[in-house]
Amino acid sequence: MAGVAVSTTINGDAVEYLCQPDETLLEVLRDRLGLTGAKEGCGTGDCGACSVIVDGRLVCSCLVLGAEAEGRKVETIEGMAHGDQLHPLQQKFIEHAALQCGICTPGFLIAAKDLLAKNPSPTEEEIRFGLAGNLCRCTGYDKIVRAVQDAANVMKGA
Amino acid sequence: MNFDPRFTGRKFSSVGTRPLRPDGIDKVTGRARYGADFNMAGQLVGRILRSPHAHAVIKSIDTSKAEKLAGVKAVITAKDLPDLTDGDAAMYDILDNSMARKKALYDGHAVAAVAAIDARIARQALKLIEVDYEVLPHVTDVDEAAHHHAPLINDQVFTEGLEEKPAKPSNITKRTQFGHGDVHKGFAEADFVIERSFKTEQTHQGYIEPHACVASVNPDGTADLWVCTQGHFVYRQHCAQLLGLEASKLRVTSSEIGGGFGGKTHVWAEPVALALSRKAGRPVKLVMTRDEVFRASGPTSATSIDVRIGAKKDGTITAAEATLRYSCGPYAGSWAEIGAMTAFACYKLENVKTVGFEVLVNRPKTAAYRAPSAPMAAFAVESSIDELAREIGMDAVDFRIKNAAQEGTRASYGPVYGPIGIGPTLEAVKKHPHMKAPLKANQGRGMACGFWFNFGGQTCVDLNIGMDGSVSLAVGTVDVGGSRASLSLVAAEELGIDYSQLKAIVADTSSLGYNDMTDGSRGTFSSSMATISAARNAILILRDRAAQMWDIPVEDVVWEKGHAIAKGEKYGNLSPLSLKDIAAKSGTTGGPIAGHSELVADGAGVSFATHICDIEVDPETGATRVIRYTVVQDAGKAVHPTYVEGQYQGGAAQGIGWALNEEYIYGKDGRLQNAGFLDYRIPVCSDLPMIDTQILEIPNPNHPYGVRGVGETSIVPPLAAIANAVSNAVGVRMTHIPMSPPRILAALDAEREG
Amino acid sequence: MVEVTLWGSLSTVAGGKAKHDIEAKDIRELFRKLAEQYPGIEPWIDRGIAVAIDGTIYRDTWSKELPEDAEIFLLPRLAGG
Repeated sequence: MAGVAVSTTINGDAVEYLCQPDETLLEVLRDRLGLTGAKEGCGTGDCGACSVIVDGRLVCSCLVLGAEAEGRKVETIEGMAHGDQLHPLQQKFIEHAALQCGICTPGFLIAAKDLLAKNPSPTEEEIRFGLAGNLCRCTGYDKIVRAVQDAANVMKGA
Repeated sequence: MNFDPRFTGRKFSSVGTRPLRPDGIDKVTGRARYGADFNMAGQLVGRILRSPHAHAVIKSIDTSKAEKLAGVKAVITAKDLPDLTDGDAAMYDILDNSMARKKALYDGHAVAAVAAIDARIARQALKLIEVDYEVLPHVTDVDEAAHHHAPLINDQVFTEGLEEKPAKPSNITKRTQFGHGDVHKGFAEADFVIERSFKTEQTHQGYIEPHACVASVNPDGTADLWVCTQGHFVYRQHCAQLLGLEASKLRVTSSEIGGGFGGKTHVWAEPVALALSRKAGRPVKLVMTRDEVFRASGPTSATSIDVRIGAKKDGTITAAEATLRYSCGPYAGSWAEIGAMTAFACYKLENVKTVGFEVLVNRPKTAAYRAPSAPMAAFAVESSIDELAREIGMDAVDFRIKNAAQEGTRASYGPVYGPIGIGPTLEAVKKHPHMKAPLKANQGRGMACGFWFNFGGQTCVDLNIGMDGSVSLAVGTVDVGGSRASLSLVAAEELGIDYSQLKAIVADTSSLGYNDMTDGSRGTFSSSMATISAARNAILILRDRAAQMWDIPVEDVVWEKGHAIAKGEKYGNLSPLSLKDIAAKSGTTGGPIAGHSELVADGAGVSFATHICDIEVDPETGATRVIRYTVVQDAGKAVHPTYVEGQYQGGAAQGIGWALNEEYIYGKDGRLQNAGFLDYRIPVCSDLPMIDTQILEIPNPNHPYGVRGVGETSIVPPLAAIANAVSNAVGVRMTHIPMSPPRILAALDAEREG
Repeated sequence: MVEVTLWGSLSTVAGGKAKHDIEAKDIRELFRKLAEQYPGIEPWIDRGIAVAIDGTIYRDTWSKELPEDAEIFLLPRLAGG
């Protein structure tokens, strides 16, 4: 099978890679580029652990082809902090113990960032429905919702 | 070993605080490495071929076409995993479950595996393997399988635990019995008797991280295994035994674990990955798909339980009896046994009898799931307790308080209780504002109690003090929910230093002595005991070194608040030496300073919880919504209260999913119909309310700080609490879990038709 | 002499009796004497038996002493999640 040459932007950096036509963006990120922050929990778009943002749109990277990233801007968990400065969501997830095992955390953080970009002052219900595409089996979501609420307050004040 | 584990009632400065976890930054930045995040040079991709049949003889397997495919480096079948189990029946079952030897015993059972240069070729190769099956009749339902006409899953199984050895084989592997007193006499004394039958469906732990490992076997018999597991030492023992390796030459490193809840307590695909690597002569990475996780790792039992309870008019229970049938998958287990032990553990009973039956079915091998077997038994018993309270005309909480077990009560599973928390959790619930909050139309409130044993076990800790005075703590229990934070707090407490001076890691199997796995809520209980012991051993050395630095007898040196202090007026001019001062001089006072501990942590305190929940039911559709949820549980001592709350909330959420929605659905063909997160739906964020928690602290007398396990008990009450709430909302007793909309509608229809 | 109570299923391989008086000072001696008297118990001991002493569950550490007047209860060893 002939590879597809792709030029794209990942976390602000120009990146080029060759991938198979049927290879997912998640496979490219994890297996070709070493960006293993996005996780594969299901491979069918049901768990959100592989969430990334493509051209401002939240997607499951297991449902996007690597070839589709051509000419786009991809944001992953690896680009969320600025240097040693954690994003307020990252900081609040740690402070509120919004993670136990942490496997779902990168996906939740990306989804929450997307949510707050579109709705800086979400209600509890809006947070719960906004994050309903991400599965967590450890926390019961309580501390995740509180961390997002707290981060939203901090980000509004900033 | 001079370690004294008894509770002392000391005051704490670190334990009970809520510092940030040491692995937090790695986990929010995507740097933490889980099972599938590790790679080795030259690694191949492993894939497993699985049986599409629920029950079939494997007549032959032809792998020749697959072997010829370019890029395929190894193909294995059961022949490549010869039986080295030497009569160990439990290990043989694990071997057979890793790779079917004669028969495929469930939809998803592994029959062959390949290693290839990439996933695409590996998948292609699987399609080229030809398996000739002779399909046999199957059985997946626990009650049908227990029937004497059912297809036999293993004709070598004769029910154990019967008075007389049975003449015919059966799918029932074992009968177990617990209890005391005379239930016939007890029921004769009862004014009210409730008798009900219940069913619960099979659920999966639903950890978000699929099983994943990288295996590398060298020709000289040394090997490495990187794997997500709840117990890397246990995985080492299992894999070494199954592959014929020497345990010390197999180094197992536990990755960060993306959830386990009991499902990662024994090996599944790891022996296959090692066998592939051995045959191919290259490292092999093997990651299960979600479909494989559902079909071929270990869900919990499906159950069928009969309960009978009798009480006097004044509310005193006179007798309690239960018969419990639990599915084990196709291999023997002791799941009904645990259900039979835990069923009535919350109550003070003169006359009690429980009987458990372990039942083989053509489903995946049952594995532990958080307080395994207890939630189903609690569902049956606590539902019946509510019914009985209603018959007598007593409040459900008061009825439970009247009959609650207390210190000195003989537990239904045998021994007499020490100090326990069931009474205090009930009193706390009675006083809780949640119990008085108004309910709207179609809403119901339920409450229920739960019990779990908690375990201790073999544990080993190394505590090393650096020359700069910082401390590294190497533990052998995998951190599933924040134990590196709690164990750092314990070490800080004991040494009298600040939490920030410590860093805890989970050591690999070559760096530390054997540890049992993180199960039975034992991680913080056991490893904190070993940490305290290791710290005390380090303090002995620190005192000795301080004595050398001062040139005084060590008997005159005490350790207080992180400092060596010379005791007595004659040393008035000696200022205290900090841990850092002593560490800085360690090179000249005898070398590195460390404390070690190897122990069996015994005396894990039993744990009780009581939950309250409000449920709204739509009578038109049968849909349910959890309106409010409260957990009250005894922690003994909450080392890091935030993570204790997290355990309470997480267990409750899993219980809510089990109670209302989650179930394995099998077709008539014996195939699993919903092997994915879309169709096996676990609770999502919008399904749940905030989950309130109240931590009680009734010290465990057998731990220096009073710690009990906290991880599992929180999943025991929800099934019953929610069933009681739904039953109160709709006025019909719900006896089948999950209470999905069709089941609720069917119950309402049946009631209307009378 | 200690009085030992066996759980229901174990008593079926110990002459159908739940309570047994055994001259044993520690867990090792207790297991040895039980196995001598009732050979059917041996496979159960190999699979793992937990010993509850005055309500506290211990595993099968051989050297654990059994106080004279203590309540000794044998239980199956369990699996956890």
